[in-house]
Amino acid sequence: MVQSLNRLQESPSQTAGPYVHIGTTPNFIGINSVYPEDLGLRPCPAEAKGERIIVTGQIFDGSGSVLRDALIEIWQADADGLYPGRGEHRGAADPNFPGWFRQPVDGSTGVYRFETIKPGQVPYPDGRKMAPHITFWIVARGINVGLHTRMYFGDEPAANEADPLLGRVELKVRVPTLIAERREDNGVPCYKFDIHLQGDKETIFLDI
Amino acid sequence: MRNEPAPNHNGAFYQRDRSWHPPAFTPDYKTSVLRSPKHALLSLTNTLSEMTGPVFGHSMLGPLDNDLIRNFATTGDAIGPRIIVHGQVLDEDGRPVPGALVEYWQANAGGRYRHKKESYLAAIDPNFGGCGRSITDEEGRYWFRTIKPGAYPWPNGVNDWRPAHIHFSIFGHAFAQRLITQMYFEGDPMIWQCPIVMGIPSKEAVETLVAALDRAATIPMDTLAYKFDIILRGRRSTMFENRMEGN
Ligand SMILES: [Fe+2]
Repeated sequence: MVQSLNRLQESPSQTAGPYVHIGTTPNFIGINSVYPEDLGLRPCPAEAKGERIIVTGQIFDGSGSVLRDALIEIWQADADGLYPGRGEHRGAADPNFPGWFRQPVDGSTGVYRFETIKPGQVPYPDGRKMAPHITFWIVARGINVGLHTRMYFGDEPAANEADPLLGRVELKVRVPTLIAERREDNGVPCYKFDIHLQGDKETIFLDI
Repeated sequence: MRNEPAPNHNGAFYQRDRSWHPPAFTPDYKTSVLRSPKHALLSLTNTLSEMTGPVFGHSMLGPLDNDLIRNFATTGDAIGPRIIVHGQVLDEDGRPVPGALVEYWQANAGGRYRHKKESYLAAIDPNFGGCGRSITDEEGRYWFRTIKPGAYPWPNGVNDWRPAHIHFSIFGHAFAQRLITQMYFEGDPMIWQCPIVMGIPSKEAVETLVAALDRAATIPMDTLAYKFDIILRGRRSTMFENRMEGN
């Protein structure tokens, strides 16, 4: 026998279920008297520095059907590549930029749509720069452990080419699943980022 | 070194033990079949994108946010067995996680959710909304008052029922710790018949989601209590670790 390490195990994940909105965005489904507003649904403040962009898309299951009951959270750096909140020791991020947004997909179309700013570059632990990216976290009925992924920007080919995470992908044919192309939507840069849980276009998900 | 409140636990998070969590594909839980990625996950060391996370301040909380018996009620208290749920949010090294946002939601005492997609015939309780939230204190503790939720049937097998449970969403100190899970109740035989629970590979792991009846925390002649601790990923200390400047 040896001494015990006395470590605990992370609580096992369980699905968010079909009623995740009750706990996370109750106003969205008509429970309006408990919280004054739904956390994470407040639009990005106009004062936030950086290029304003729209990130939109849908989530598809293995049959190609759209999920209408998923919840998405995004987390990203500010325009200078600094994270708001905890764990950022390099300097103070833009005080007007929350960095975190949360949104249920539309109950009939399954579309999500975040209005945010384009993030700056953040260093990898070895000092190389990662390409600008937005972290996505997806939960829904039928998803047992929340899925992490990243959206990269199609108009940053050089940075994407040098990105340490994208460089780790063995099946290069899958890299485009993480890259959203840019187009203009009424003069506003718009990135369409669809997420495929399964199938030929399955998105790369991260164990990170 | 004297001024260092060592060791400095701000390194990368311990790798998630995927064999402890339910796998993505759990066919007895039918919805997982088409919603489970088939490719291996891409494993990568933590970066700042995962080691940072949003901060939620106590000032955002309303006085009834952790009282589900009263926070939606208009004509009287919510109906059902009155319970307190309390516990600590800890990391895998047993260190308290202060300032964690804990959100919880549940069905009413009859097993009915307040949601437009809910079709169970059990009655709606006009005084029960079903959501609440807390931010953990300096010792990582949270607590709330509610009614014990009922079991409910769900469309999976022809006769599948969920055991009584409360859903939990937890924000720790970094996005790497983000977790959603469910709490079950001590002594409920239905836990072991549930396809969602049984997706968890080991009995030992399931038992960590079963809250203990806590007689010491009950309020006599008023409210029973259950204790439910939540464990988030722990992280390496950075002692002796060479780190690039700016990380
Ligand atoms: Fe539930």
